Order: sequence, then structure tokens, then C-alpha cells
Amino acid sequence: MGKAQRTKQWDPVQVKEQLLAKYPAKVARKRAKQILINEARENTTPEITANVRTIPGIITMRGCTYAGCKGVILGPTSDIVNLVHGPIGCSFYAWLTRRNQTSASGEHGENFMTYALSTDMQESDIIFGGEKKLAAAIQEAYDLFHPKSIAVFATCPVGLIGDDIHAVARTMKEKFGDCNVFAFSCEGYKGVSQSAGHHIANNQIFRHVVGTGKKQRSEQFRINLLGEYNIGGDGFEIDRILTKCGITNIATFSGNSTYDQFATANQADLSCVMCHRSINYVADMLETKYGIPWIKVNFIGAAATAKSLRKIGDYFQDAELSARIESVVAEELPSVEVQRQQVLPRTTGKTAMLFVGGSRAHHYQELFKELGMKTISAGYEFAHRDDYEGRHVIPGLKVDADSRNIEEIEVQPDPHLYHPRKSPEQLAQLQQDGMAFKEYDGLIADMDERTLVIDDLNQYEAEKLVELLKPDLFCAGIKEKYSIQKLGVPMKQLHSYDSGGPYAGFHGAVNFYREIDRLVNSRVWGYLKAPWQEHPELSATYVWE
Amino acid sequence: MRKVAIYGKGGIGKSTTTQNTVAGLAEMGRKVMVVGCDPKADSTRLLLGGLAQKSVLDTLREEGEDVELDDIRKPSFGGSWSVESGGPEPGVGCAGRGIITSINMLEALGAYDEREGLDYAFYDVLGDVVCGGFAMPIRDGKAEEIYIVCSGEMMAMYAANNICKGIMKYAQSGSVRLGGLICNSRNVDNEREMIIELAKRLGTQMIYFVPRHNDVQRAEINRKTVIEWQPDCSQADEYRGLAKAIDDNKMFVVPKPLAIEELEQLLLDYGLLAA
Repeated sequence: MGKAQRTKQWDPVQVKEQLLAKYPAKVARKRAKQILINEARENTTPEITANVRTIPGIITMRGCTYAGCKGVILGPTSDIVNLVHGPIGCSFYAWLTRRNQTSASGEHGENFMTYALSTDMQESDIIFGGEKKLAAAIQEAYDLFHPKSIAVFATCPVGLIGDDIHAVARTMKEKFGDCNVFAFSCEGYKGVSQSAGHHIANNQIFRHVVGTGKKQRSEQFRINLLGEYNIGGDGFEIDRILTKCGITNIATFSGNSTYDQFATANQADLSCVMCHRSINYVADMLETKYGIPWIKVNFIGAAATAKSLRKIGDYFQDAELSARIESVVAEELPSVEVQRQQVLPRTTGKTAMLFVGGSRAHHYQELFKELGMKTISAGYEFAHRDDYEGRHVIPGLKVDADSRNIEEIEVQPDPHLYHPRKSPEQLAQLQQDGMAFKEYDGLIADMDERTLVIDDLNQYEAEKLVELLKPDLFCAGIKEKYSIQKLGVPMKQLHSYDSGGPYAGFHGAVNFYREIDRLVNSRVWGYLKAPWQEHPELSATYVWE
Repeated sequence: MRKVAIYGKGGIGKSTTTQNTVAGLAEMGRKVMVVGCDPKADSTRLLLGGLAQKSVLDTLREEGEDVELDDIRKPSFGGSWSVESGGPEPGVGCAGRGIITSINMLEALGAYDEREGLDYAFYDVLGDVVCGGFAMPIRDGKAEEIYIVCSGEMMAMYAANNICKGIMKYAQSGSVRLGGLICNSRNVDNEREMIIELAKRLGTQMIYFVPRHNDVQRAEINRKTVIEWQPDCSQADEYRGLAKAIDDNKMFVVPKPLAIEELEQLLLDYGLLAA
């Protein structure tokens, strides 16, 4: 079935109406602003409502602030001990759920990722306060592991009873002398989504760790990779390519990261931002405080990977580096292309829907494009307007009670460590040559006209969308996995990749081509019929008859 | 068994009034259990003759699961039982949650069972209804009748009105009713008339007017209720009168809280302007 035909079959206006039809009037009015029919307008991007509270009663796909802080940002670090202050469930259910991998590359090969540490608060800790128990737990963690750093996470009850986790952390840090203890006020209820948790996590890493490293980095081409979480080994693949090109990745925030990497991140000469949503403010702070410019990159998709590498090469303005990048691309891309050509006839014209994260719903469209597939609807769980419409809308973003609740750090140039990596003239020249600093166009710009962009999709709308548009593939997270599959549509988890990955870089692209070919061309879904769908009436006889 | 909660502004004399009233009820032969719901655990001092007992929450923390009723309930004046809920130090933890936990614990241990033969359970609750925990006694039918201790001072009346809002909220979903206002006199001008009028506006009654008397202080210094300390003094008779009024009370209402302007006007009419 050709792609043109398929898109003609449905009218986005009608689909939107049908999605909203069952809602009470007020809910429909609110949701209508988060469901956008992508239409090109003259010189403007259509406006979408994002980063607002989920309407009570709606089964959202979002996670909580604690999940964003502990699970997403600090979860992938290998040698920081993560200690959760709260009842045990908050720790257990946030433990190893994201499939972050680590090579345990810290100084002594530490890997604390596999541990779930919790203060296991009981009712009497709620009543009498849990600070003493927290101090004891920090001591126990220190005695057990002697880590470089211990991170403490607040769960909801901690915020309610007012335990001063920061004071406890400070006291313990002073007591140990050789272990950086710091805490996160990331109570689950704090923001409208996990995005608030990313912010809280990144702020504390920036405040307590970045710039404290003693080790001097002298490699020639040093970058930071921001917003890459090494799900299924994505970071390993990216690092493999970077190393091959002769580029040194000082610190990944935060896939397969170590404490020392964060601590020396100020010594990179360029920040490359993968997930704009979770970390663009850190890139800004690194620039303001240490003078490191940042660019947006994307290593999802073979072409996008090549493009991002060249962008990094252009920045360093080094002929040798650029030549090396070209030779790596020339070496790697052809075999990826062979794989692509193999699956292309089977995947071309298929349709996909993506509802993930704050960047994946955008980045993965690259891979689907390479497969000749069309993304007919996409959206983020926890993005803000700039992730949809581009960074230019940031100055006009409405500050509401929820966003005001999340701390913004004001940074100044560091008196000792600030040094601009490029002169204003060099930056201007690079920009003139097409290098876009601090820029991100958002998802809407890259999507076809008359596709549907939907923010904070929920269970009901997901099922309705599948019913109405019958995509060949639906991509979201574990919460959606089985409800979608029960509708007879293959489902790919793009948070944790099911059991697959890596999907980043060149090898990742090949993995993804094969996986998607397998999913969209499997005939297993055709057999998915319950007995009563085939034989609506059951007949039987009594045994004595 | 009648389940009574005493509320009122902080410092108004709730604990003193409660214990003296309980002494009066005990003297009448009623079997009473007092549950102090203040983290400071000083609501049963006069009945016990000192701050001699471990609170429910302390016991729970130290003994874990293995708690018995006699660990937390102490015999006190006139055959009454005294219990202190207890709670955290000021500024830490959650005292409200503590009250919920200790009342549930008392129930689980059978402190309210019929075999205990209680005529009354009294809850003496900290200050204002600041959060869900402090409203616990009036939720879920833990307390069925409320008396608010107040005086003719503006903030005391303001607090009484606020507490009525809390009662109204829970009265709609449960069985709690307001039994009346107890005026613990501060010798304010027109105090009796003003509280009678406030009670009327709230749809309830001033169940008793307790005059101010230094004997209350003297008894407290001796860690005793007035009835125990000096059974023959006039103030002892006042508390007997209050005890009897509560024992005989038949008027239980859902209060109608006043709008703030109405409350202020009442003060102007009876207080400032009349003076």
C-alpha cells in the first residue's frame, strides 16, 4: 500500500474531533490545545500547549518528579551511590527499570547501579521525622562501599514532614571528608511531569559536582555529550564512533557516567546536546560559567549520526579531524546502507506513531524516514513548548505556578575556570558558515503536514488513535506496551527498547532496521483473535447427556 | 459510650477544663478515658498527678509490634483512664499522623471495647484543626460530640468559629455534632452575653460559664484537679456543674459557622461598643 494513499484515507480534523468526542466539554477544551494538526503557516509554527498539569481522571503516560530525578538522570551513573529516602516501594520500583548499561569505567570499576538502597521509612519515621534514619543509612552506605559520592533522593512523604535532607547530607559530607554527599528535593508531586525531576537532578549535579575535578584533561578534541542515557548501550556505540574519529567524550550526562566525568565536564571544549528537553539548561550553564559553546546533535539514524559528526568536526576547524570523520563515515555508512536496502522494500510505506520522552519522539523519526516509513502522529510525555516549536519560543513561555516551583540556578562566569573556547569573531564566522549554536527547531518543523502532534497522550487517546488510524507500529513505553499489543498492533518500547538496542549510531541503525522489519512484517498479529471473536456462541453438553 | 472531643484555641484552657470536668464526671461515678492528642503529652497531668507516663507513640516506637493496652493506659483520678498520644519534637515529623496512628492503635488494642465499661472517651486536641491528623477525632466517628472551649476574646471566638467549619465538614459525612461552647472566662466585658449570642448564632448553646478563679492555678501547681485538691471550694462546684451539664446534654447540632464580618459585628455590638 503506497504512502500517499494511506495519508489520504484519514482527515486529521475528524480524527481530532473523534479523540475529543467522549470528553466532558471542559476537558475537551483543554485537551484540544494539546492536540495539534500540523499545518504550515506563514513564518510561524503552530502553537501547542505543553508542560501543563494532566487533567485529573486521565490516565497519563507521564511519570513523577522523583522518577525523572532518580530514575532518568542519576540512575545511569555507575559510581554514585543512589540512596532513596522514603518507603521501600519508591526505591524498589525505580530500580533498574530503564535498561541503562554501564561499563563501570570508574577508577576502581565501581558499579552501584545494581543496588537498591532505601531508608525504608516506617510509620514511626513519618511521625517522628526520618533525619536520624537517613544519617544512619548514609553512614551504612559509606561503610559498605566507600564511594566518591552518595546522592540522596526525597520521596513524597519526606517533603510533607519536612525532613531537612540537605542539612543531613551536608553534615555527613563534612564528617566523611572524602565523599561528596548531596541531596535532591525531588518529591514526586513537585512538577507536572518527570521533567521537573530532570531539572532538579541536573541543577544539583551542576552545583555540587561539575568543575570540582582535579584531573587535567589534555586530549585534543574534547566534548561533553548531554542528554544521552545509554539505554541498551546507545552511549557505548556513540563513544565507539567518537573514539574512532579521535574525539574525546569527557562526560556523558548521564549514560554510563562516573563522578569524575561530571567533575571534569568543565574541561570540554564543546557541549553536544542529544535530548534537548532534559538538559538544555545545563548546556546553557556550562557556557555561561565555563565558556563552553553548545550545539544540538542527534545520533539516532545513520544519516543523522554522520551529520552530527561533521558538525562536531566543523566546530573544531581541524582538517585532520574532519578528514578522519569523513573516513569513519565512509567506512561505516556503506554496510549500514546495505542493511537498509535489504529491509526497505518491506518497510516502505508503513506507518508509525511515537509517543515518548522529550526528544525520542523526534529523533526516531529519522530512523523511520530511513526505512521509508511515515510518522503519522507523534508527541512527547513531558516536553515543553520549545521541544515542539523550537527554542525561539522560550522567551515567550508562560511561567506558571508549577514551573515557578522548580529552581532556576543563576550562574556567573567562574572567576578561575571560565575561558571562552572561541572568540566572538570565530563564533560569528562559524555561524555564518552555517553552524547553529544553541539552536533546536523542535519536532513540529520536521513532521509532515496534516500529521497529528499530541502532547501528554493518555491511555484512552492512544487506544482511540490506534483504532482510528491503525498504524503499522506504535512506539511508547512499558505502560502502553500491552494495551497496544492487545489491539493487534506491534509495539516498540522506545524508553527501554524492550530487550534490544543499541539503536544509536551506525551499528544501532542496523539493529533498528532489523527490529522494525521484524515487527511490522510479522504475521503473528493476524492470529490474534480471542475464541469468542471467531465463535461468538459457545455450545456444550452436560456430561450425563 | 459517649465519645467527646474538646477543641479550642491554643492556651484557652482545654486541658485544664477537660481534666477538671473528667474529675467531676468520675465523682458522679462515670467511667471515663481521656486521650490527650497533643505531642507535648501534657493533657493528663492533673488526673495522673504528674507527667508520669509513656505516650502511645513512644511505646510503639520502643516496643514495636508488641504493645499491650496496659503499657499505654494508666489509671488516674477517680477510676478514670489516662492516655497520651504523644508525638515528635516541635519542628520535625508529622504530629497529625501520630494522632491517627495512636487512635488506631487504641482501637486495635480494644481500649473502647464494651468490656471496658466506659461511659465516656474524651479527646483533648491540640489547638486549632490545622491538618487532617488533628481532625482525626472528629472523623470516622472517633468523636461524636464536640465541645469548644472559648472566651470572650476575639481570637478565641475566631478559633471557635473556625473549628465549627471543620465540624460542619465532617458532620455532613459522619455522625459528629457540636454539643456546645464552654466559656472559660477571661473576665472580658459582657463575656457571658457575648458567648451566649455567639452560641445562638452558631446554632448551639453555651453549655456552661466557668468563672475565672485562682484556685485553678493553685490546684495545677499541686498537679491536681480542683475537685481532688480542694473538693469544697467554689470552683470545684463549677466543674461539677459543667460535668453535670455535659452528662445531661441533649442538644447536638451541626453548627452554622459565621461569616467573618458577622463575627466582627458581634464583637463590636457586645464588646467594644458596649464598653
